Amino acid sequence: MLSHALRRLLEGVLTLFVMSLLVFAGVYAIGNPVDILINPQADQAEIAQAVAQLGLDLPLWQQYWIFLKGVLGGDFGTSFVTKAPAIVLILERLPATLELAFIAMVIAIALGIPLGLLAGLKPDSWAGRAIMAGSILGFSLPSFWVGLMLIMVFSVQLGLLPTTGRGATVDVFGVPVSFLTVDGLRHLILPAVNLALFKLSLLIRLTRAGAREAILQDYVRFARAKGVPESAVVRVHVLRNILIPVVTVTGLELGSLIAFAVVTETIFAWPGMGKLLIDSINVLDRPVIVAYLLIVVILFILINLLVDLLYAALDPRVRLQETR
Amino acid sequence: MINKKNLPTCALLGLLSIAASAAGKDLRIGLSGEVTSLDPHYLAAQPNLTVGRHVFESLTDVDSRTRLIPGLAERWRAIDATTWEFSLRPGVKFHDSSPLTAEDVAFSLTRPLSIKGSPGGFASYVRAIETTAVVDTHTLRIKTKYPYGALPEELNSILIVSKKHALNANPKDFDSGRALVGTGPYKFVRYRRGERVELARNDLWWGKQPAWDRVTLRIVTADPSRTAALLSGELDAIEHVPSADIKTLKKNKKLKVIQTTSWRTILLHLDQYRTHPPGVTGNDGKPIAKNPFADIRVRRALSMAIHREAIAQRVMEGLAVPAANIVSPGVFGHNAALKAEAYDPVGAKRLLAEAGYPNGFRVTLAGPNNRYINDEQVLQTVAQLLTRAGIVTRVEAAPMSAYLGRVRKQETSFALLGWGSFAADLALRSLVATPNPEKGWGAWNWGHYSNARVDALMAQALASVDHEKREALAREANTLAMHDIAFIPLHHQVVSWAMRAGLDYTPRTDEFTFAHHFSAK
Repeated sequence: MLSHALRRLLEGVLTLFVMSLLVFAGVYAIGNPVDILINPQADQAEIAQAVAQLGLDLPLWQQYWIFLKGVLGGDFGTSFVTKAPAIVLILERLPATLELAFIAMVIAIALGIPLGLLAGLKPDSWAGRAIMAGSILGFSLPSFWVGLMLIMVFSVQLGLLPTTGRGATVDVFGVPVSFLTVDGLRHLILPAVNLALFKLSLLIRLTRAGAREAILQDYVRFARAKGVPESAVVRVHVLRNILIPVVTVTGLELGSLIAFAVVTETIFAWPGMGKLLIDSINVLDRPVIVAYLLIVVILFILINLLVDLLYAALDPRVRLQETR
Repeated sequence: MINKKNLPTCALLGLLSIAASAAGKDLRIGLSGEVTSLDPHYLAAQPNLTVGRHVFESLTDVDSRTRLIPGLAERWRAIDATTWEFSLRPGVKFHDSSPLTAEDVAFSLTRPLSIKGSPGGFASYVRAIETTAVVDTHTLRIKTKYPYGALPEELNSILIVSKKHALNANPKDFDSGRALVGTGPYKFVRYRRGERVELARNDLWWGKQPAWDRVTLRIVTADPSRTAALLSGELDAIEHVPSADIKTLKKNKKLKVIQTTSWRTILLHLDQYRTHPPGVTGNDGKPIAKNPFADIRVRRALSMAIHREAIAQRVMEGLAVPAANIVSPGVFGHNAALKAEAYDPVGAKRLLAEAGYPNGFRVTLAGPNNRYINDEQVLQTVAQLLTRAGIVTRVEAAPMSAYLGRVRKQETSFALLGWGSFAADLALRSLVATPNPEKGWGAWNWGHYSNARVDALMAQALASVDHEKREALAREANTLAMHDIAFIPLHHQVVSWAMRAGLDYTPRTDEFTFAHHFSAK
């Protein structure tokens, strides 16, 4: 267990290092933020001065070295456009993204697993076919289009929900959250549904495939032959066995929900991290981009670790140690 | 625990805000750009300045047509070629009730120079200032390093802060509102980064009281979402209406669209300094012996081959006015006698043949695809029109960030740029003057166009402290540069606002959206 965690940690540090190098060089290759942000009235000397003050005139390796030294001292750099520490900007946006991602995931799980089971157990029924057809739509419709349609139907036409933005927040242990207020929930519904749609379809398909496979297994047949009630067969023998791939995928998908909800956050003007990332990319605000992606890598490492632990809980055959 | 206690309060607050907006005292505006910093001297970006100009004011102001009008300075005059005297408006108070004094102004004019590490600060606007002397509490004398007629225009961009609050203030103090104490029509209430800025009317303001008690500037950068928020009634007005939505919004009886010609001129720079400009080849793909753009006949042929009317009407869906000037109609130094080059493909071919290119040549046209209205479609259309006239044109469009990177590495030779300016001489200095780092000329003259006569006229205009004389000189310089086709002007953009039918807005050439310029019918 310990050696497993240690190895994961080492892998993580290495990944972080490689990632920061790639992103750093990548943003450097695109261009210079001063070109985009400079005051049009600036003359050549002022442009050069701005570049020098930001350290962008130094060779790339030197810029990277300065960054690396900062990171080791806990400083991820200062955002060019806001003059605020990059890490503060990201953490400021984290609660908004987390609540959006978690609610989307809850929607996806709460609907996806039962619907998938239904479609898997009764594949030829009317409901089973409808669920599968629906999941194809969920997969294939582009997220920005669905988002706009949700806004047009539920906000503009029916006037039921707000179009964009985050609602009123309350502080829980100093963290502003919006899902505890009525206004906040109303603002959350549409973006969460939009974000959940793809994951929902994925979970439906995954659960269905697993269920179809499981009901053909001997242990299910034996259980049925033994006279175990159908509900118990599904719960104990089918569901438990298909949960392992579902947990893996859910974990990874949760990571991607948190890290890359860019489209949904942009369409719904949701002040989350994805929106911050895209805004930062547009103006080449490198400190924010690099810090963001590093945090995302950390997030994925943590989620992977969590998934491994859950595995062990779900499947007694899995041992979190080196097998030789 | 916390949630249960707060639920009723929140619901109540929600009800209250609905009631208040029903009374017509609230105005909710959708901004199209991200507000990055509330420090008025940190980053000269339009969204930041939009917020800044609600809270702060400048010495000189510009009206909706970009013409200079008094701001915090009631009047100003040039005492001699390098000395300006500004007289402050009496009785102006900051939001904390302290009076505005010349000390605050002098402090505000030097503060931009002390801001370090900004990718686009305000130092350029005060570059010409040698010293600022406080004569008395309401009079300032500004000495410039050289005769400089554009100082009043430049000072329009420097917002005046309260020395007491801004001295030693860091960006955080501005974002939290602590240092955000100005003289403007609105007081700062709250800023939620990436989301909104809330403002309340400043009852101490010297100007005509705005119609709105409370103003919310919502940041909705996604174009369709901004329109949707207006359609649903969540916002009262939006800026930069997406071109695709304008027709539908105009038909909607509950809404109103207000438009005007913007100061933004879209133009094409032509490489006129390298023998072999990158991307320019003969029809066989091999380099041409000399640079074709250096020949005015070729430049004119290119200009004649472009159907500006068609671009304005079809590609831009009416959101453009064909251009023949470096600045928009009505702007200082604009020459109304210049007419946009008429579409004449036959004439273009004849000129090309005259210049020694009867079979044309090949060029690469570069430009952004996320910066100006329908920019990539404009590039494609220009390319097709030029190809039809015999100049086989390939388009390379990229996001602004990547595009500017290429331009700075001098990898382009035929490139699109948009420019907005208060004055033709200022625009000429950046876009047309012979590049000269010592003088600070031609920083955006990508093609290195160089004409000593234009340079001299522009320099004379900028050095003239007599406003009328300066405009005549600026106009002459502009006219000369246009006759010489220093660059190819395409069009001036049209800027649009949409709002509920009960509102009115004086559209601004400089594209700014100000709550205090909205009125209720």
